[in-house]
Amino acid sequence: MELTLDRVTFSLDGKTLVRDLSLQARSGQVIGLVGPNGSGKSTALRCVYRALKPTCGTVLVDRLDLASLTLRESARAVAAMTQDSTVELDFTVEEVVALGRAPHLRGNQNLSARERDLVTGTMARLDICHLARRGILTLSGGERQRVLVARALVQEPKILVLDEPTNHLDVRHQIELLSLLRGLGPTVLVVLHDLNLAAAACDRLAVLSHGRLVASGTPEEALTAELLREVFGVRADVVRHPRTGDPQLLYALIPHL
Amino acid sequence: MILRNLTPTEVPETSSPGIPAAVPEGRLHRPAAVAATCAALAVLLSGSVLLAISLGPAPVPPADTARFLWAALTGGEVAAVDITTYQIIWEIRTPRVLLAALVGAGLSAVGVAVQVMVRNALADPFVLGVSSGAAVGAVGVTVSGGLAGLGLHAVSGGAFAGALFASFLVYFASSRGGALSPLRLVLTGVCVSFGLQAVMSVIIYLAPTSEATSTVLYWTMGSFGAASWSVLPVVTATVLLGIAVLHRRSRSLDVMALGDETAVSLGISPDRQRRSLLVLASLLTGVMVAVSGAISFVGLVMPHLVRLLTGAGHARVLALAPLAGAVFMVWADLIARTLAAPRELPIGVITALVGVPVFITLMRRKSYLFGGR
Repeated sequence: MELTLDRVTFSLDGKTLVRDLSLQARSGQVIGLVGPNGSGKSTALRCVYRALKPTCGTVLVDRLDLASLTLRESARAVAAMTQDSTVELDFTVEEVVALGRAPHLRGNQNLSARERDLVTGTMARLDICHLARRGILTLSGGERQRVLVARALVQEPKILVLDEPTNHLDVRHQIELLSLLRGLGPTVLVVLHDLNLAAAACDRLAVLSHGRLVASGTPEEALTAELLREVFGVRADVVRHPRTGDPQLLYALIPHL
Repeated sequence: MILRNLTPTEVPETSSPGIPAAVPEGRLHRPAAVAATCAALAVLLSGSVLLAISLGPAPVPPADTARFLWAALTGGEVAAVDITTYQIIWEIRTPRVLLAALVGAGLSAVGVAVQVMVRNALADPFVLGVSSGAAVGAVGVTVSGGLAGLGLHAVSGGAFAGALFASFLVYFASSRGGALSPLRLVLTGVCVSFGLQAVMSVIIYLAPTSEATSTVLYWTMGSFGAASWSVLPVVTATVLLGIAVLHRRSRSLDVMALGDETAVSLGISPDRQRRSLLVLASLLTGVMVAVSGAISFVGLVMPHLVRLLTGAGHARVLALAPLAGAVFMVWADLIARTLAAPRELPIGVITALVGVPVFITLMRRKSYLFGGR
């Protein structure tokens, strides 16, 4: 399914956090949203999963305006793994994953046999079956992230948005999680801080600065030395990964080098 | 809360299936186990009700109690010598015990919902100022003699009106642009409670009748002493309907507990949920407070106790908590009226004296986490 942001603007208390953002993600693509702190990445994402309502502009899923749908209807199309995924109560992992079916079920309707298989299958895919009966609050950061991804996938979304999913993860889990996003099925829109990982994991990157889109394209097109200097304020050399060919950045901590 | 649970956060994730996952022991997860526990609690509740009706300053053998109850329900005959006992059983004790069971069930269910609504483990049904509102309403009616049209139920009517007034005040003071933040709800609730307590003190100070003082005691400590058949239909309908509605929404409550942003992404508007939960909780608590005063502790602790046993899923918690709360309240009321008979202890004293040690023991024995703390 296609995800389109058409001139999305979001202002709060007179401050414009996202201005005229237009983006398009084709079916099955992984689009990375990168930019310095406060550039409006998370705000843009929150407009997609409807935690915020754009001041102007529209978010379209296959040419259908999300704002014309009820929250339940759009939750069947768009799943999100939010940054602030605090769980209050000690649900079991299995329960949390099963709650991904909430937008598809009426009231307390039980999960069907197919849905139970879906839950088990998704947990197997993310290698969390052995945690099924563990309390979510007892898990480590990496385990918990995988549980939340599983919950989002069980939602069977057409669009999956993730806000810094690699936060708090060690490097191995970062790589595991991001390689999982490729070939997942749904179109993925992901906010990432690590530009090297973003370059490796995404089909296309969109670079935001002060709420505006300043560059977009393949990682190679988007991540140039000039852009890194102007937008991120860092000097970096862009090299090719010797094996994958992805652009990778080398930072120099000493300015005059 | 327990060190044992906090230390092993970094469980090696390479753990092969060979290493058994730490399943929280003793939790009821299978639907069959929950149904069986519900059935067991229902049996326990029926037994407790029968026993509580039999016991009192003038104990009646449970077999006789059952016979009198049967006679009352089927319109059977009661021998002339038994008429006094029959009246004690049917007119005084039965409505009282039934009311205790209903209020225990209702407070427990509302406590579950309110703790999710305001995201706070310390919340109970009275966190939104309902109890102090009810006390002000009751005292106001006692002192002014208002609502005379309601006859015997004037004070209850005043308490109910006061409770609803407090809830509305909290709602309007804490909502901003249609959004209800959990923290603002709790803070406003606490503020409104303090304000209303001050109002109550002023009323008592200006009208120092002994009646006003005892009304305040009654409403702040709680009692089932005024139970009668005439209030039971309203309370029964409200409490049972309220519990049913809450139970039907258990999946929404589960989703709410995952955080506001996640709730939206799962198709549930947290503000709308909180608004309707607030209305529901206020109505239920208002009705209960109006007939029994603010009985503390049950609505705070019963939700935690049940979560300790069954885990956090609301479909299970909202099935078990009302039954457990009902059993607990029936026994608490029995102790309150028999321990120092013929004098009666305020029931809030008993619920705390019995509940606190039980709860602390369970907390120390079992792994229990609320909000990761």
